[in-house]
Amino acid sequence: MRLARGHVLIGINDEALLAGARDVQSALADALTAHGLADEIEIIETGDLGATGQGVVLSVYPDGVMYVNVSVGDVEEVVTEHLLKGRPVERLRLVGHLEAAPARAHKRIVLENCGVIDPHSLEQAIAVGAYAAMAKIVEKEIAPHDVIDIVKESGLRGRGGAGFPTGLKWSFTAKGEQVYIICNADEGEPGTFKDRLILEGDPHRLIEGMMIAGYAVGASKGYVYVRGEYALSIERMQTAIDAAREAGLLGERIFESEFDFDIEIKKGAGAYVCGEETSLIESIEGKRGYPRLKPPYPGAVGLWDKPTVVNNVETLANVPPIVLHGAEWFRSYGTETCPGTKVYTILGHVEKPGLIEAEMGTSLRTIIDEYGGGVKDDKAFKGALIGGAAGAFVCPDCLDKPMDFDGLKELSAVLGSGAILVLNEDASIVDMLDGILSFFRHESCGQCAPCRGGTRALKAIMDRIRDGQGQSGDLDRMVEIATSMQAMSLCPLGQSAILPITSAFQHFRPEFEALIT
Amino acid sequence: MKELLERYPASTEYLLDMLHDLQDAEPKNYLTPQALRAVAEYLSIPLSDVVSTATFYTMYSLKPRGTHVIRLCESPPCQLVGAETLLDILAKHLNVGVGETTEDGAFTLETASCLGVCGVAPAMMIDEELYGNLTAARVVEVVEDVRRRDETG
Repeated sequence: MRLARGHVLIGINDEALLAGARDVQSALADALTAHGLADEIEIIETGDLGATGQGVVLSVYPDGVMYVNVSVGDVEEVVTEHLLKGRPVERLRLVGHLEAAPARAHKRIVLENCGVIDPHSLEQAIAVGAYAAMAKIVEKEIAPHDVIDIVKESGLRGRGGAGFPTGLKWSFTAKGEQVYIICNADEGEPGTFKDRLILEGDPHRLIEGMMIAGYAVGASKGYVYVRGEYALSIERMQTAIDAAREAGLLGERIFESEFDFDIEIKKGAGAYVCGEETSLIESIEGKRGYPRLKPPYPGAVGLWDKPTVVNNVETLANVPPIVLHGAEWFRSYGTETCPGTKVYTILGHVEKPGLIEAEMGTSLRTIIDEYGGGVKDDKAFKGALIGGAAGAFVCPDCLDKPMDFDGLKELSAVLGSGAILVLNEDASIVDMLDGILSFFRHESCGQCAPCRGGTRALKAIMDRIRDGQGQSGDLDRMVEIATSMQAMSLCPLGQSAILPITSAFQHFRPEFEALIT
Repeated sequence: MKELLERYPASTEYLLDMLHDLQDAEPKNYLTPQALRAVAEYLSIPLSDVVSTATFYTMYSLKPRGTHVIRLCESPPCQLVGAETLLDILAKHLNVGVGETTEDGAFTLETASCLGVCGVAPAMMIDEELYGNLTAARVVEVVEDVRRRDETG
């Protein structure tokens, strides 16, 4: 095998492709050849490098220099100055917290390989430890129930939004001839794209997570349900599955054990509600994505009426390191009740929007200032919407509270999917809430009346208020409708409309009252 | 059509995949009545079941659409940075409302819930292509670029 003295990582994701990453990549390859460096410097195509909104991003190793907004015209200079003469091109360098590979100072568990390896390469994944946890299970003959115990002890909680303990979910899964594992990659919560970047950046981590989950609950078949819009995720995941199958890491008798496991991708077709686990199951069965009445839960009656575990992408991506390093190791990060890290997408009025991973319990202030580079253009922080449309608004008073599933509950907010939309002093909460209510009206699946009618009524009142036709008592009426929806809707979609409404009124009520004369 | 379907086992598990493929194969980007019937026959299920599934998901259309489908993201992160104005500009430029197709059959204007590329908001998709960091000028430019590409082949 040829050994290169240096590597240039180029982050390929949808955003980089928009910015012309392919052209930069081929220009770079040409320039390396032209300068006789083709054998010395290797170009590695990788996932997101953690500098969202900064065009084409290159990361040069072993120097640990990161370049942003690189265009074809810059390539020659990077090659001659930096790669040939060893002088980094200062004007292209990313300065600030992301210097020397994204957030190296901060602990990364889930994203540790994203932007470091070529997601198309099984060899590179293995070189950074992929499938070592599964190998450990087989080698040390760790029994399925012991794997469940490790995950239980680790305190890992579902990262899809609800925060249900993962080990407990696995232990509730009924035994059966056929059990299924489903990885929920139907990421639709507005402002969330963490799962996309895990799928694109480290697909083998996910395969291993599903494999371990399958081993723990006795499932031999797994599905990854990816939303239809995520073309690149589907392509990379398929490449990874094919490579793993070819190498005998998926299929029969994994690591020469008695354990068989295989994975198939299912492509969604545009329905937010399919992120709800029972809707997702219906969708895989080829039906309308109507949520089922629970109980019975999927752990008892799931896909094709068989016991089924549905876990989020980020949750499963946490499993291999937990098995490899142990529950104690995992508990050394995060908080007592929510160990580990959380992947956030930080967006809106911040200097550096993007994907970050922070320990559970990190305050919103730290996330905005240290990871997000502060509020954009030195404006004042007005508030934030945390958790997407089904999330809640928080105000400046919440800036220093530790953020985890429980800490936010105390603030009547939720961590949800981990989307943080930062709003500056100029943002209109009325407009934001209106957008959220349009979203709910559009995405209500129409199966149950409280949600179908409620989402329409809420949007109608909102329209009336914005048109200056609001009536006194309208705000209370909205809370009343949302409260009934919370009590009577069949699934979390209708149940969660209340959160953005009450939190908006709690912190920013005068803005709404000003419109009602 | 038969060829497309036979790539999958005759199980409803593959219904969504079949609908995706059939729609992609149709120049007008929609599921024709013949396509829906073919799926029903192949899976030996009632036509109403196929239609029921097809009408639930926003990515499928049972009406003919333009050669290109524009899907402008209207979720809060995009809205915060001006997606609403962009929709008006596009609607005016193309002279259509949301869900409608231009007279020349080139474009259908649709809105979409979060496309998951919020880092470059506001964003839209034209067919499978993503466009981000949109502005009033750029959104028109992108559409015209696509139109030009069609004309010059």
